[in-house]
Amino acid sequence: MKHLLSIADLSADDIHRLLELTDHMVEISGRPIPKVPALRGKNVVSLFFEDSTRTRTSFDTAAKRLSADTMNFAVSSSSVSKGESLRDTIETIAAMGVDAFVVRHRSSGAPEMITRWTNASIINAGDGWHQHPTQALLDCYTIRTGLNRRDGFDGLRIAIVGDIRHSRVARSNVQAFAALGAHVTLVAPPTLLPPSLEGWPVEISHDLDALLPELDVIYLLRVQRERMEEALLPSLHEYSLLYGLTEARAARLAPHALVMHPGPMNRGVEMVADPGELPGSVILNQVTNGVAVRMAVLFWLLGSGADLSEAP
Amino acid sequence: MSRVVIRGGMLLDQTGERTGDVAIESGRIIAVGEKLGDGLHGDTALDATGCVVSPGFVDLHVHLREPGKEEAEPIETGSRAAALGGFTAVVAMPNTDPAHDTGSVIEFVRAQGRKAGLCEVLPSGCITVDRAGTQLAPFAELAAAGVHVFTDDGNGVQDPQLMRRALEYAGPLGIVLAQHCEVAALTKGAVMHEGACCSRLGLPGWPAIAEELMVMRDIELVRLTGVPMHFLHLSTARSVEMVRAAKAEGLNITAEAAPHHFTLSDEQLNGYDPVFKVNPPLRTRADIDAIKAGLADGTIDAIATDHAPHAPHTKEVPLDEAPPGMLGLETALALSISELDMPLFDIVAALSWKPAAIAGVADRHGRPIEVGEPANLTVFDPTQKWTVVPAQLASKSRNTPSAGRALTGKVRHTILNGVAVVVNSAATK
Repeated sequence: MKHLLSIADLSADDIHRLLELTDHMVEISGRPIPKVPALRGKNVVSLFFEDSTRTRTSFDTAAKRLSADTMNFAVSSSSVSKGESLRDTIETIAAMGVDAFVVRHRSSGAPEMITRWTNASIINAGDGWHQHPTQALLDCYTIRTGLNRRDGFDGLRIAIVGDIRHSRVARSNVQAFAALGAHVTLVAPPTLLPPSLEGWPVEISHDLDALLPELDVIYLLRVQRERMEEALLPSLHEYSLLYGLTEARAARLAPHALVMHPGPMNRGVEMVADPGELPGSVILNQVTNGVAVRMAVLFWLLGSGADLSEAP
Repeated sequence: MSRVVIRGGMLLDQTGERTGDVAIESGRIIAVGEKLGDGLHGDTALDATGCVVSPGFVDLHVHLREPGKEEAEPIETGSRAAALGGFTAVVAMPNTDPAHDTGSVIEFVRAQGRKAGLCEVLPSGCITVDRAGTQLAPFAELAAAGVHVFTDDGNGVQDPQLMRRALEYAGPLGIVLAQHCEVAALTKGAVMHEGACCSRLGLPGWPAIAEELMVMRDIELVRLTGVPMHFLHLSTARSVEMVRAAKAEGLNITAEAAPHHFTLSDEQLNGYDPVFKVNPPLRTRADIDAIKAGLADGTIDAIATDHAPHAPHTKEVPLDEAPPGMLGLETALALSISELDMPLFDIVAALSWKPAAIAGVADRHGRPIEVGEPANLTVFDPTQKWTVVPAQLASKSRNTPSAGRALTGKVRHTILNGVAVVVNSAATK
């Protein structure tokens, strides 16, 4: 495999193998000197058209632990306003010699477009509302370890709660969770769901309270302030009343249930309870696992292949 | 002036079909009949064996980018693309820079068209000044400059009061207002049809209802004012249904559809290629079927290309940053023949005399092939197979949605005012 653009590009087997590879990367990350020479000489360029310090830092750390060379390009303004096409930008940087671009873009599909203009591998670090595949993989890894589900998610009940319509995390996680066998329910007011869910392996609910006791995982999404201006919500307060994770709601979760969030959290909106006091919260584990998963992805695409026997 | 004889074709016009040769001199048809030749030794003999000879095509909807964006399509290259597509007249949309809202811009566009001499360029006029939707453009001044079709194309006229006044004011001028049906409040940031594809791709949707609400409003305004109106590029099944009902009532409404709306669905956007971004967007297969049915039963009067050239670099950006629009002039006939299950007669009607009437040029385009008529003619081979190669198109831009596509039907010769501007599928200038 050359690129990682979408979870849809991965089979269930691929996901399992990436998660197994992540186990190795976790082991490496736990060493006194967490660094191996697996990608020495490889040039990994972070190309962030949209600011995201945490994702960029996570990829950067992952690449450095595998001894790749790293470069960062922050492109704040849109390519059009600079008078340069996206193609011009890519071809210019690619001419410096690049093995992989880690691309974050506010426009859905930008990473896929970029594959047409360079021979480098493209890793999608989040595009518009479309996909965020490494987030989905790190979430799968977090559930796999948190609920001890090495063989898959058969029978697991996962609710994704919040602004599904505008969420690349929701689009990638639905595909990844379903591929591993989980039963996924999307919980949101109709205005925050995509206009069509044709072909999505999900159920829909508008009633979080009815769902809580049967969940193995509750996955909260960030709800943004501008959604009120678009008449998608009356107020964040009303959203919080219906869908916010309060202490009372958290108390109705099963004791083993995990609480997850891709960050950054909107405290007092979707996350009303203090996550530090929720026994099921694995939100910081998600961040930790992010580095190992991204090491696995980089090694999978740029290393000697996905064969675990050749893993560092 | 030299004489031209078109030999061996099947003549097809509003009076029917028959075989025959056509002799042309001084811009007019001087003889029609079998085996013309004796005493009519044309300086130019055009072989039409296996071809249909029809009145020239008229495209109601073409974006030439001059003045303002000549890097995308000057009037000369756009005219050449039109001639190669069999069009002897094209209505040039007003969204240039400056826009078509003063007599001087109208004169400039017309003059550039005349200078190119490849087809008649008919400038449309704006409905509102600078297409901004706030103040009526000077209809009478523009009409006096020869404008017949008025539109803010690219923008729908949002304000119902202003649209009502536009129709009322236009009434006695004998012009036609053409609406780009889009309620802008429903399409903020939209890049493709709202449905299953946009939901999966994570792209903001352009819902069918945004077109249909304006079609509905404007049908009521035509009912109220009695002033005729033309609907540009209809794209949804419900729009077709409403226009069909309005026509059945006898309301003075005409409509057009673009080849991409009866050939391509929103699934084309799966690869995020901005070439397939167009406004209104590519819709569903059910909509495609409805557009075809609307053309077949005459609900939709005309096939109009919405030819919209864009310089390559402007399409090499993410979908939301790319301008909407695709090329159409050189592929319209072939896409129609290849994809529409309609008699050739009806296809030619929708490409020629029906749009000629809407454009107000029925005195010189889309005329019957008879002695004394102006010689604006298209000769095409309805069975010739060819493959679309973007680099071989005459348009200055390359944003064709048909790249690599194998099509049937090709224009062989185009005659403009008696002059062969396309001979053997090549422009003569």
